[in-house]
Amino acid sequence: MRSLITVLLLFTLTFNVNASEEVELQEANIDLSDTASLQRGAQHFVTYCLGCHSAKHMRYLRFALDVGVDPKKVLNDIAPEGASIYDQIHSAMNKHDAEKWFGVQPPDLSLIARSRGADWLYSYLKSYYIDPSRPFGVNNLVFQDTAMPNPLWKLQGEQHAESRRSIYGEYTKLELDAPGTLSESEFDLFVNDLVNFLVYVGEPVQLERERLGKYVLFFLIIFLVIAYLLKKEYWKDVD
Amino acid sequence: MKPSRLAECGNWVLDRFPVTKFWNDHMAHYYAPKNFNIWYFFGSLALLVLVNQILTGILLTMNYKPDAKLAFDSVEYIMRDVPWGWLVRYMHSTGASAFFIVIYLHMFRALLYGSFKHPRELIWIFGMLLFVALMAEAFMGYLLPWGQMSFWGAQVIISLFSAIPVIGDDLSLWIRGDYVIADATLNRFFAFHVIAVPLVLVMLVFMHLVALHEVGSNNPDGIEIKASKDPWGHPVDGIPFHPYYTVKDLVGVGVFLLFFATVIFYMPEMGGYFLEHANFIPADPMKTPEHIAPVWYFTPFYSILRAIPDKFAGVIGMGGSIVVLFLMPWLDRCKVKSIRYRGGIFKKALFLFVISFLALGYLGTQPVTPLATTMARLFTTIYFGFFLLMPIYTRWEKTKLVPRRLTKVKSIEDQLHEIEEQIPALLEEITEVKPAITEIGHPAFKGTFFSRRPNPKGIAHVLSRVVTNLKRSLD
Repeated sequence: MRSLITVLLLFTLTFNVNASEEVELQEANIDLSDTASLQRGAQHFVTYCLGCHSAKHMRYLRFALDVGVDPKKVLNDIAPEGASIYDQIHSAMNKHDAEKWFGVQPPDLSLIARSRGADWLYSYLKSYYIDPSRPFGVNNLVFQDTAMPNPLWKLQGEQHAESRRSIYGEYTKLELDAPGTLSESEFDLFVNDLVNFLVYVGEPVQLERERLGKYVLFFLIIFLVIAYLLKKEYWKDVD
Repeated sequence: MKPSRLAECGNWVLDRFPVTKFWNDHMAHYYAPKNFNIWYFFGSLALLVLVNQILTGILLTMNYKPDAKLAFDSVEYIMRDVPWGWLVRYMHSTGASAFFIVIYLHMFRALLYGSFKHPRELIWIFGMLLFVALMAEAFMGYLLPWGQMSFWGAQVIISLFSAIPVIGDDLSLWIRGDYVIADATLNRFFAFHVIAVPLVLVMLVFMHLVALHEVGSNNPDGIEIKASKDPWGHPVDGIPFHPYYTVKDLVGVGVFLLFFATVIFYMPEMGGYFLEHANFIPADPMKTPEHIAPVWYFTPFYSILRAIPDKFAGVIGMGGSIVVLFLMPWLDRCKVKSIRYRGGIFKKALFLFVISFLALGYLGTQPVTPLATTMARLFTTIYFGFFLLMPIYTRWEKTKLVPRRLTKVKSIEDQLHEIEEQIPALLEEITEVKPAITEIGHPAFKGTFFSRRPNPKGIAHVLSRVVTNLKRSLD
């Protein structure tokens, strides 16, 4: 049995992620059990993202049930005017307009946390800087030449990129020019809440999944013990 | 005594349909060698995973839509709105990877103990056909979620057919049913994935088992247990498959399910190897992902494809890497089956082969760099060398004497017990007692104190013993 475990463990060991990012990402603090953070994140999403981006695989009712708030409260505080609790989180912007204004249709964000990862989103939203050569006057350190303008500039303030030299070589650092309405730590919390919400939206069942997993594994251990004792009993007389 | 109504009904059926005979032939009176070790769990586990894939697959088809416009969203619908849909989908996606892990280990077992050799050549051939069918099944199934990797992976693999001279372009067009991967491709892959290939798989599994039960199972000693029988005609070294191996395999099932459930409930993406990150983006024919890599279980073969500079030659190389496996029963000229009694040269060759297979698998997940390409070429050479040079090096082999009856293997409990007993002596050897020098001048501390310190000589001695044992086990 022990060697089976070792063999399977060896197999899992080879499955390490090799991130090939050029920019070092900042770490997001993801805690899906923090329902207050999820609610704030949902609010931020509807206020700052929903204008262009949908999250069409997510329903308001599911959010209310998962987070444990009254559906009416979700409808009042989070959902936009006129939405039904059974609705999916759709954006009002249509494809035709979007392509005219931005060149591409802004992607649906239901699964963005699963394709990009929480740290990437967190760093991306914090890494906008002034770049007059771009159509919207901003560029992004994490995602060069992004088509998305910075929706959070009023909160964060304006940053500019500065090349610096250290003993490890040249690197780019973002410097705040004009502070926004939020302080640096407030803004970090703001982005973190938003990313937390997006991670939840990527797979709403994940907390439930991890909760259930404990019972399944517990059952399997009991099963294994019984199966092992049964085997021992049967094999007693085999020499 | 008059038989009961129920028994009469039962007999009525048995007179017309030989359930008991079937059960006895394949379970209760099928004699298997009694010395199966850990490597022999993977056959029954493969069957378990196959059943898992079929059952969860049926449930998935109830809500999946094989339509380029709807496919991606229907998968997310299953993940969110279908009750327990997420569990069914994760069981299916994790099951696919688990299938390959189990099958690779099952095949490796055959290499270790010579299970492909006379008289089991056909079992090996059926098994290899199963492996090819499984790869086709996995490849087509991977298109169905209609994510970026599904689309571009299929695009790359099908375009390989266009490398075939003369008919290539028409052939790949015929396979796709369109000029690019499109709705037509998705629909036909769906048909193949849910009915055509599974039928082939189930039939081949049946043939694989019938062939196995005809000649009997091999074992870690590589001896034919049918050679020595008791007066009743049962192999002396065999025991009935049921109940002995059914209860033993149940333990294997328990261990397997523990790992399987851990992945499903705690790491269903397996860090992007079981479910790739790019596959959470809907397929977009206008946007090529930066780095296209097949799912991990195809990467060794993909590496071989990339290692060969010419596209057509690469396709031949990739195909050849699977075809040579079919030839194993005839490439290996050594009469001895089990690695326990084979010569050092085969052990070393097999060791190199495993290293090169794992390395090729790793390189296949990585972007192409000059160093990676050189390494891939080196390992591709070793991969083919293992097979193509086999007729030569297996002839030189200095084999050990094969016993006539099964050897007794110590049980795991005994082995653990032995290790436990060795620990104090080992500790004694790697440490030494030295007088500690006291720097405290107080008279109460006068005298010599002794304490155990690591002994460099002892450690070197133990290490060299481990290395010699390791080397001896390879000879």
